[in-house]
Amino acid sequence: MEFQVFELVQSILIVSGIATFLAVLMVIADATIGNYGEMELVINKEHKHIVEGGGTLLNTLKEEGVFIPSACGGRGSCGLCKCKVTEGGGDYLPTELTYIDKEEQAENIRLSCQLKVKRNIQIEIPEELFNVKEFRTKVISIKDLTHDIKEVRLQLLEPDEITFKAGQFVQIQVPEYELSDESVYRAYSISSSSSEKGVVELEIRLVPNGICTTYVHNHLKEGDELTVTGPYGDFYLRETDADIVCVAGGSGMAPIKSLLHYIEENKITRNVIYIFGAQGRRDLFLLEKMKEFEEKIPNFKFVPALSSATPEDNWDGETGKVTDVLANYLQDGANTEAYLCGSPGMINAVIEVLKSKGVKEEKIYYDKF
Amino acid sequence: MNAPESIGVVAIFFAAAITNNILLTMYLGMCSFLAVSRQVKTAVGLGMAVVFVMTFTSAINWVIYEYLLVPYKLEYLMYIVFIIVIASFVQLVEMIIERVSETLYNALGIFLPLITVNCAILGAALFMIIRKYTFLSAVSFSAGSGVGWMLAIIIMAGIRQKMANSKVPKGLEGAGITLIIAGIMSMAFMGFTGMITLN
Repeated sequence: MEFQVFELVQSILIVSGIATFLAVLMVIADATIGNYGEMELVINKEHKHIVEGGGTLLNTLKEEGVFIPSACGGRGSCGLCKCKVTEGGGDYLPTELTYIDKEEQAENIRLSCQLKVKRNIQIEIPEELFNVKEFRTKVISIKDLTHDIKEVRLQLLEPDEITFKAGQFVQIQVPEYELSDESVYRAYSISSSSSEKGVVELEIRLVPNGICTTYVHNHLKEGDELTVTGPYGDFYLRETDADIVCVAGGSGMAPIKSLLHYIEENKITRNVIYIFGAQGRRDLFLLEKMKEFEEKIPNFKFVPALSSATPEDNWDGETGKVTDVLANYLQDGANTEAYLCGSPGMINAVIEVLKSKGVKEEKIYYDKF
Repeated sequence: MNAPESIGVVAIFFAAAITNNILLTMYLGMCSFLAVSRQVKTAVGLGMAVVFVMTFTSAINWVIYEYLLVPYKLEYLMYIVFIIVIASFVQLVEMIIERVSETLYNALGIFLPLITVNCAILGAALFMIIRKYTFLSAVSFSAGSGVGWMLAIIIMAGIRQKMANSKVPKGLEGAGITLIIAGIMSMAFMGFTGMITLN
């Protein structure tokens, strides 16, 4: 009996001895071989950061409060976190080459989740990314706008304010749940006013089997917490005196609504026309709000158009495709800016019509989804 | 037949690499074999990483087994011990390579985390125990198994690169057709059996 106890203790000691030895070895290695010391990270030639070396560029930037959009969370499988590294990037890694083509290589574009900070490094990122933050938010209301679009309002908890340009978008982090065994990010335009800094309002349309939309429609409840990052995007109102044409369909309403808030609050008197495409009456929403905008914005006209109105819809407004309606309303587009948000098919068709009416291509701004 | 005495160290190497190819006859290490066999270049990198890790971890594991586990009658713990030795060795080597040479890291180091849990590595360590190899035979066997694994994945990558543009029935795309090819390769390797035996 005594002998058995001795044997047991001995085997435990030996196994834990081996494990401890290896663990100590790893800790020492981590502190010596794995310790790259402090590095200098220069962003856009002016912002200097002293950072801990050895980590990936994406995470190092995150530590410094700079968020590069990334959908896979740094596993090198989405190819979104591209960033220009002008100095100190080293050679391309095989894991980067799947997402970076020859042209991008010539411009020193790197995948920031693969590249590690091993020496002083210089990078260039769009200026507006400095404003991007990660927000902890709470759902304050979820409301049905149509049979398949929900309006979700999020209260910002930490940080509690967001500064964005009307028309920009945020990314929602969807946690793991039955449809997805990893957390994913999806982008949605902000529909609330940019002056309302404590709240982010989104309009989310249910896509059958969509990971994020299903989560929002069927799982998210009032009071739940949600992580969002943002703001991102270059879809925002340009400060000119040109006429404005907005065209949207479905939940493409969101960024346009935000633009209209901005136009109203800043008392902009430019001519604004907003053509909204829907299938039937049940796909129309926020009509009251649009009426209110028409009263408050001096030169604003809202034109909803139904592509397949049924007799039951009892519709006396515009009918047909948005492209045809647009062609009727827009005569000369020489002094016009266009803001489009909707499906790629719709946007491409609308761009053709706009160009034929004389709208300059560089004055057409759009958000495809 | 008493393996260690009857077959020379060199014969064990070739037997492990060709006639008893660990991948094509034992089907060990399939996961990375299927996942990283799209391009010859990456296959070579991964293959070299496997050769390196297999050879060195087997040597370390042989010493630990022979001088620590056997004297204290702890042979039954070899699975756990081998796994943690392999895992920490891979981690350590990755850190060293990353520090020392960027070119080497790009070519080889990047694949190391992929093979930490490659069962061929543990398989080789267990075979050398079961077959009661001496230290030299064990090292030669592991190096041979590694080379054999590399050979198999390079051939597979070459085939897949060739047929990158071929039409594959929808249901067989990706892993499906790769497994079929692996099966045919395995049959081809069976042709070598009998040249040298290993058991």
